[in-house]
Amino acid sequence: MSTTTWAWLVLLFPLLGTLVNGLGYKQLGRTNGGAGAIGTASIGLAFVCALGALFSLQGHSAEHRELTSSLWDYAVTNGDVDAKLSILVDPLSVYMMLVVTGISTLIHLYSVSYMRGDRGYARYFAYLNFFVFSMLVLVLGGNFLMLIVGWAFVGAASYLLISYWYRRGTATQAGIKAFVINVVGDVGLVLGTFFVLRHSGTLDFLGTFRAVHGGAFAGHHGALVAGCLLILVGAFAKSAQIPLHTWLPDAMEGPTPVSSLIHAATMVTAGVYLIARLHPLFEAAPAAADTAAVIGCVTLLIAGTIAITQTDIKRVIAYSTMSQIGYMIMAVGAGGYVAGLFHLMTHAFFKALLFMAAGSIIGAMAGAQSLDKMSGLRRSMPFTFGCFVVGGLALSGVPPFSGFFSKDEILAFVGHRGGWFVALYVVGYVGAFLTAVYTWRMIFRAFWGEPCAEARELEHGHLAHAEVPTNPANGEQEDTDVGFPGPEHTIAEWALPMKVAMGLLAIGATVAGLVQIPNVDHVITSFLEPTFADSKYVHDEAGNGMVYFGMALGTVLALLGIALAHRIWVAQPGSAAAWRARFKPAYTLFVNKWFFDEAIDLLVVRPFAAFGTFSRRTFERVVVEGTLVDGTTSVVRAGSSAVRAIQTGFLRYYAALLLLGGAGVLLYFLISAS
Amino acid sequence: MSTIVFFVAAIGAIAGAIGVVALRNPFYSVLALVGHLLSLAALFLLLRAEFVAAAQVVVYAGAVMVLYLFVVSYIGGGATQLTPGGAPLRAVAGGAVLALFAELAIAVLGSGLKAIDSDGAPYVSGFGTPAQIGEALLTKFLFPFEVASLLLLVAAVGAVVLARRRAGTTLGDEPEDATRWITPRSLFTGTMAEAVGGPHRAQTQPEPVEELRS
Amino acid sequence: MSIAWYLVVSALIFCIGAGGVLVRRNPLVILLCLELMLNAANLALIGFSRMHGNSDGQIFALIVMVVAACEVTVGLGLIVAIFRRRLPIDVDELRELQG
Repeated sequence: MSTTTWAWLVLLFPLLGTLVNGLGYKQLGRTNGGAGAIGTASIGLAFVCALGALFSLQGHSAEHRELTSSLWDYAVTNGDVDAKLSILVDPLSVYMMLVVTGISTLIHLYSVSYMRGDRGYARYFAYLNFFVFSMLVLVLGGNFLMLIVGWAFVGAASYLLISYWYRRGTATQAGIKAFVINVVGDVGLVLGTFFVLRHSGTLDFLGTFRAVHGGAFAGHHGALVAGCLLILVGAFAKSAQIPLHTWLPDAMEGPTPVSSLIHAATMVTAGVYLIARLHPLFEAAPAAADTAAVIGCVTLLIAGTIAITQTDIKRVIAYSTMSQIGYMIMAVGAGGYVAGLFHLMTHAFFKALLFMAAGSIIGAMAGAQSLDKMSGLRRSMPFTFGCFVVGGLALSGVPPFSGFFSKDEILAFVGHRGGWFVALYVVGYVGAFLTAVYTWRMIFRAFWGEPCAEARELEHGHLAHAEVPTNPANGEQEDTDVGFPGPEHTIAEWALPMKVAMGLLAIGATVAGLVQIPNVDHVITSFLEPTFADSKYVHDEAGNGMVYFGMALGTVLALLGIALAHRIWVAQPGSAAAWRARFKPAYTLFVNKWFFDEAIDLLVVRPFAAFGTFSRRTFERVVVEGTLVDGTTSVVRAGSSAVRAIQTGFLRYYAALLLLGGAGVLLYFLISAS
Repeated sequence: MSTIVFFVAAIGAIAGAIGVVALRNPFYSVLALVGHLLSLAALFLLLRAEFVAAAQVVVYAGAVMVLYLFVVSYIGGGATQLTPGGAPLRAVAGGAVLALFAELAIAVLGSGLKAIDSDGAPYVSGFGTPAQIGEALLTKFLFPFEVASLLLLVAAVGAVVLARRRAGTTLGDEPEDATRWITPRSLFTGTMAEAVGGPHRAQTQPEPVEELRS
Repeated sequence: MSIAWYLVVSALIFCIGAGGVLVRRNPLVILLCLELMLNAANLALIGFSRMHGNSDGQIFALIVMVVAACEVTVGLGLIVAIFRRRLPIDVDELRELQG
């Protein structure tokens, strides 16, 4: 079977899963109804087909590893429109396919247990399959059209899944917030595409790259930069970079597997994929690429500072995601595409693992998510604890876990770029230190210390239940009907699917880095080479000295961070409050998330709301309704009431009118005859 | 000589016309019309239309006006007033009439037809005689002739139908009142004024008519 | 007298009849004024017939008389029917359709 056929199959199976689960929700959604099995199986099959595509692709020679296939021509004209339903199968898209389908299969498996008992079980799997389908359309798309379609679908799927428990007001508000910000990004992406299309003459990726290399933008550099900057707006919105990041923490309202899949491993990496895919454009417009690198760097720092102050466990991990994506964006903005994508893969492993483990803890805490309530879960939840430790070590960048290799490769590349990139290099290591601090703060607070009430219950083999279900975000009471979380919850120790998924991810988080050890092997680089062969940074590699220095520095900073976290939260338990008091202004800034929400509310939301109110009260009511509509009707009404006066019923009036009319006609004839 | 006859007949016709319009009593109006018709017959004679003049006197003044007289006697035309509030209408009527007359006069007197100023075509013997009329009626105008007879039939039938009494009711049997014939009005058939709620409010529905005696 | 005189007289009678239709309230009198107008038309027709010298106008006038007779018949029948129903014989009062 040809490579592109494998790729089409990869697209087909999740779509089938969505349709089957969506249409048969009544039957399949019941307990043991099979919605979970169908959902997981469809993604599993997609993963198998992705492997098939991989092997098939490697069967081609290195120059012929960029294959396209088109199913349908929407609008193809002689001029410059070639809108087709086409996919591009090359090492980059196969890489992304494998990451997406692989992680998704494990998360589906996890969800089978985690979402048991939820009244919308089939709906959940339908949405999740739809999300995977959209993400695959995004990464497989061979032209801007499919990219934008996948982009939009992914945003829609994200909205559906964030507000999955739709009877919670906080969830629906979060979903709307995410969707609106994503739409802002969509606008940027589409406008950027127009700018590029204007001079490249084709929507196709390969054609556009050929045009760029061939000098189509020689006299239109400004248009290219503008287009790339607008595309970056889209990337930032999707990948939650400053300033379009405010939706990601709120998106934690969705179920934990959703956060794990969408907001850790796949959707938020779409921006990274976008820049990597469009690297010829960005290399021809260095201003845009540098902007991406700077924003990525700023984001990783700011997100790191916020993460050390948050108390909701999921939000800590969310800000961690934002920070790590910042690393990736910085990498691909600076030209280190392989490094950024390598970190994408390892991050997918350990971040998904961390979220899954967090889900297990939330199950143990009967729905509570605040770190203030958790402590001493070490003895009662050994497996979850182990997964958290593995994930935490990988995230902090401790060798030999995967995060160490990928993060240091990024930083080495950025440092090697030289010039003002050294500043980014330094900030990157500051961020690494902060990463270790906030990660181990979370782990120490949740697992060390005196066991909390729920932990003690677990030690006796009994899972805690809340008497009255409440919304963890605002404490409102709710029930367990459809639209709310179901009455059942479980922990990883007791549910085999969750254990299997987390175990596989833990293995991945541990060993995935071994494929790209500097000076030992470079599997990923050589795999991705055909895609990035035309990049000017393809042969840029940091010197050994810088590499080894970076590795040592990274290890030291990670261990220092763990040590500091241990001192504050384990060795001297009360000192956290003292630290907070000592750095009060900084703490206030961090805990309020750098006031971004308030700033956006003031600068964007209020003016728009005022404009809307003005439009409704004044413009709509007075001008449109009053003048145009009412004016027209009142003119008609006045005219008709004037004419109605003729309808009196008096015979003689009618006769008089007849006579007058007759006289008038006669007059006309007289005049025209004379 | 013919000039004098013309003026006498013309003044008679006009006087009759004014009499019809101005006299209060309908009876007198009918009589004025009779006079008018006879003057018109004289004018027809002056125009050498013998048969038509005779027909005018016999048919029009003789039969139609007698019919009128019958009906006026039956109705018993009391003296009715002109519209109490009809001054605007009278003004409009006067104005329209004057305008119409002016236009017609201009049309007649200013027309380019030369023959109007003459006495007409040279007289051919037999013009206007019954023989000529009859011949024309039966040859050239046969179709209108037959249709006219059909029209008369229709009118006769119509008159019978209109004058027919409803089966079972006789005049003077019961104390009739006008409301007896006012059937309940179905929805949405009122005047605009009533619908809008103006001064002419909808009449209250009368009690349903008792079942007719068969 | 030239034909023009007859035509002017005809026009005058027509206008008087039209004014009468507008001004009077009794339907009988209105019908009479209608007769006036028809007669004025007859006069004009006869005048033109004399002008042309053929009898077409006179035939036309005869048919007009027939039509006038039929119309009077039906009109008077209507008025009698109205009178029978004890409705006022006044066109200003008879301005609504019923049922």
